[in-house]
Formats: sequence, structure tokens, C-alpha cells
Amino acid sequence: MWPDPRVVKFVTENFLPARVHVRDDSALFQRYGEKYGAQWTPTILELDAEGVERHRIEGFLPNDDFLAQLMLGRAQIAFAEQKWDEAERRFREIVEKFPDTDAAPEALYWAGVAPYKATHDNSSLKQTANAFRDRYQDTSWAKKASIWA
Amino acid sequence: MEINFRHDVDAVLAEAKQQHKPVLLDFSAAPM
Repeated sequence: MWPDPRVVKFVTENFLPARVHVRDDSALFQRYGEKYGAQWTPTILELDAEGVERHRIEGFLPNDDFLAQLMLGRAQIAFAEQKWDEAERRFREIVEKFPDTDAAPEALYWAGVAPYKATHDNSSLKQTANAFRDRYQDTSWAKKASIWA
Repeated sequence: MEINFRHDVDAVLAEAKQQHKPVLLDFSAAPM
């Protein structure tokens, strides 16, 4: 996961990266493990600038899936900060670049929510529901979006 | 090219607040 140059670039550009090691940083691992409920390795948390957890990745993932999950967390941080345009752009980038990952249908869902949150115009929700008719039909995100059709 | 993970988590969280930048916190058991 970590040696992938795309992952290195994305993390370096978007985060302050910190690591606590289960053995080498055992006191820190216990302290922050308790604080954030991390009970397994690898567990990767994406925290906003206030230290609030916005996304969690537990267990190994292949590079594309891992990068898509990192991007999803970064988009969720923008969403939490009510940066709707940025959040939508980041969510859509996941769908475009990594359409076959588990992150993609979740990103498609939230890419429809972000513009609605900005405008309260429900056309983006309807468009998203329609998009789920063409792809990711068997996912829980398609079920969640179906109410918008 | 590799990620420069820091281990001074308290300082990283404080800097994140100052710089208004997100933090990636890796709980790891990988060989260091």
C-alpha cells in the first residue's frame, strides 16, 4: 500500500502523516488506540484539522482500492467542512479514476449530496438516483439513492 | 520516494490545527 508512488503523492499533498507502531511506539499506540478505538493493524484514520475522525480504513487493501479509500476520506473531510464544490469534485474524481473499487458507489452517492447541500436543489439527487440505474445497482448505495428517483 | 511518517502525534495534531490541514494517522505493525 504505502510504497505506491500515487499513494505517497496523495498523502504528502493532502495530509500531515503520523504513525504509531504497535511495538515500537507501544505507549502511544495504547493511548491513541484507546482514544480512537483502533484495535487492529493496519488501521488508518483520516482526521480533520481538529483531530476528528472522518474516515477509517481497517485491514490491507490493494493499491487502487487503498488510494480510492484515502481519496474518499479526504472528500469526506471537505464535505464536513462544508466545502461543497471541493467535496463534489473529490467524490467524482474517485468514480472517474477508480470505478471498480468499493469506494466508487459511495463516492457517487455523496457526489450527488454535496451540490444539494450547497443549493437545496434536489435535481442532483434525482440525477444520482438515475446514475445508479446504470451502474452499481447491487450496492447498498444504489438502495439509499433509490428514494431520490 | 516514501511518506515521512512522524511519531510525535501530539505535535502533529497541534500543527494540523494551526495549519488547518488534515492528519493521516496510521496504526501499524509493519516492520520499521
